[in-house]
Amino acid sequence: TFRVTVRDALNQAMDEELERDERVFLLGEEVAQYDGAYKVSRGLWKKYGDKRIIDTPITEMGFAGIAVGAAMAGLRPICEFMTFNFSMQAIDQVINSAAKTYYMSAGQQSVPIVFRGPNGASAGVAAQHSQCFAAWYGHCPGLKVVSPWSAEDAKGLLKSAIRDDNPVVFLENELMYGVPFEMSEESQSKDFTIPIGKAKVERQGNHITLVTHSRYVSHCLDAAAVLAKEGIECEVINLRTIRPLDVESIETSVMKTNHLVTVEGGWPQYGVGAEICARIMEGPAFNYLDAPVTRVTGVDIPMPYAKILEDNSVPQIKDVIFSVKKTLNV
Amino acid sequence: MLRCPCQVRHCARVLGARVVVSRSFADFTPQASFDIKKCDVHRLEEGPPLKAELTREQGLQYYRIMQTVRRMELKADQLYKQKIIRGFCHLYDGQEACAAGIEAAINPSDHLITAYRAHGYTYTRGVSVKEILAELTGRKGGVAKGKGGSMHMYAPRFYGGNGIVGAQVPLGAGIALACQYQGNDQVCVTLYGDGAANQGQLFESFNMAALWKLPCIFICENNQYGMGTSMERASASTDYYKRGDFVPGIRVDGMDVLCVREATKFAADHCRSGKGPIIMELQTYRYHGHSMSDPGVSYRTREEIQEVRSKSDPISMLKERMLSNNMASIEEFKEIDVAIRKEVEDAAQFATSDPEPPLEELCNHIFHNNPPLEVRGTNPWVTLKSVS
Repeated sequence: TFRVTVRDALNQAMDEELERDERVFLLGEEVAQYDGAYKVSRGLWKKYGDKRIIDTPITEMGFAGIAVGAAMAGLRPICEFMTFNFSMQAIDQVINSAAKTYYMSAGQQSVPIVFRGPNGASAGVAAQHSQCFAAWYGHCPGLKVVSPWSAEDAKGLLKSAIRDDNPVVFLENELMYGVPFEMSEESQSKDFTIPIGKAKVERQGNHITLVTHSRYVSHCLDAAAVLAKEGIECEVINLRTIRPLDVESIETSVMKTNHLVTVEGGWPQYGVGAEICARIMEGPAFNYLDAPVTRVTGVDIPMPYAKILEDNSVPQIKDVIFSVKKTLNV
Repeated sequence: MLRCPCQVRHCARVLGARVVVSRSFADFTPQASFDIKKCDVHRLEEGPPLKAELTREQGLQYYRIMQTVRRMELKADQLYKQKIIRGFCHLYDGQEACAAGIEAAINPSDHLITAYRAHGYTYTRGVSVKEILAELTGRKGGVAKGKGGSMHMYAPRFYGGNGIVGAQVPLGAGIALACQYQGNDQVCVTLYGDGAANQGQLFESFNMAALWKLPCIFICENNQYGMGTSMERASASTDYYKRGDFVPGIRVDGMDVLCVREATKFAADHCRSGKGPIIMELQTYRYHGHSMSDPGVSYRTREEIQEVRSKSDPISMLKERMLSNNMASIEEFKEIDVAIRKEVEDAAQFATSDPEPPLEELCNHIFHNNPPLEVRGTNPWVTLKSVS
């Protein structure tokens, strides 16, 4: 096996796809000569040059629109937002120009673009730089929304996203960039992809289902390890994709465990957990629930700066453990 | 005029604390006239004057302000490296003449807004070093009670501290609209950088400000780099003072506090006389990288940084001018330096020992003038309280 950080896995994915298809190119702030604000695109400009790796001015609405236009005319851009907070400057282009166009044109005009960058809370970056956009983008038909956790997720899903002929919002996580993971032999193949829209069971268990995405998969696995010592076996599902949501995997698990807790970093109202609750109620798994679904989410406030406040604004492992026990009524 | 009460008190304290002086003050030149660099102008018949008057008191005050900002920023650098400050930290050292010169030319009742490289302006707009450092360290004694951090500090007539590049510019035009609407003869100074100068929302703001003749002074602090990208690589035109097209503009030596002051006075007069907005480009330089996570030497040379430090440092320039015109003594400057060092040390002491905000504060300040509300915690069994 290979020990690879999420950052390097993303880098490998882009490198391989740039090599495979000359229509693929990367644009964004500091992606070229600076090697990427978070070093995700390190070495790519040196290897592929100005034509394929483009530094843009700090003008998101403009360069996102340019990227969408390029996708409409036959290229396959990867448009990086330094963080997804800045995508709000460009959100009209993502939704109105990218997501809806294939529908509006009755199938004539496709937009094979990937919007990628770090999403959600970081460490001490305060309110304007910490928002999670999974629910916002997950709300829109025409978009695929992916949220990887591990290095293998990152590589396989990014390659799929780049090869997908539709607009994909690829939500990374800054705190995960430096985390190393074991990667399988097969993940080293240049054709290794992970299908978009399929969740993965990271840990099997019989007592309760934990559904989560991105960094909180780690939290859930850590909570599961603690709970296992008390005889509670959690099944941990890594969503991998926010839209389309793999409801079937969640239902199959809930019909086995009878209990469900969702865990996310974003705000509760109209969030990913809220959607999962609704879908469970609308499907066969509802009748298997022995307790209402519990959502573990970020606190419903703008992100504070001070460390003690920030720590208490996002789900901690102890919150997951507490919620599992409450849901199980133990 | 720098007339904020705490600054005047402080200045008086510094000037009044002179214990060791070799000469009486009758020996010093009370006022002198200095040649300042001519400003390039755009769509203007004439620009700011070519000479600036400086009194001894003003000179010492500007020196003290700039040196305080300098030492405060260097202290922040230190605290960041000790991991006592976290997250983003964008330092202002090298650009002090901009903040000091602008404040010297406007009234305390005027308004100012800037982007994230904001610690210097937070100080010149009246917040103490203590409250700034304590905000950076995330303590309850910080100007935003630890909830905002480096990029989100506020004061009366100072609208931050804004994290999203360019967003502060329409805000500034809006503040100017409010001034016009209320007929109070005030202006809004709206700052942005060379990186932000290409943002579409700036041009939307220029258009509306010009159409409606808003009393807005748009100021581009051009420090030559937008994060790691030089201005030539980001801007099709680097004549930022001309980018407003139909908005008149002046290009100013941003390393000379007197030049900045005269230009800002000129700009403020322009706005107050109802002529509409004006753009100032301040040519300046930052010694640090973009932020504390940028070493600042991958996209520029150490030689370039050193050259600016040795030839154009704003604090040295002012000091040399005053010394060579016999306006103050070296001992006086040393005393000011010592006093500032102590002020910054004391502030840092406070900033590292003050407690973090209490958890009860977590959910407060969601809404203004609102009855208390309940806020969902991380799970359905945790309900937190929020008051205005």
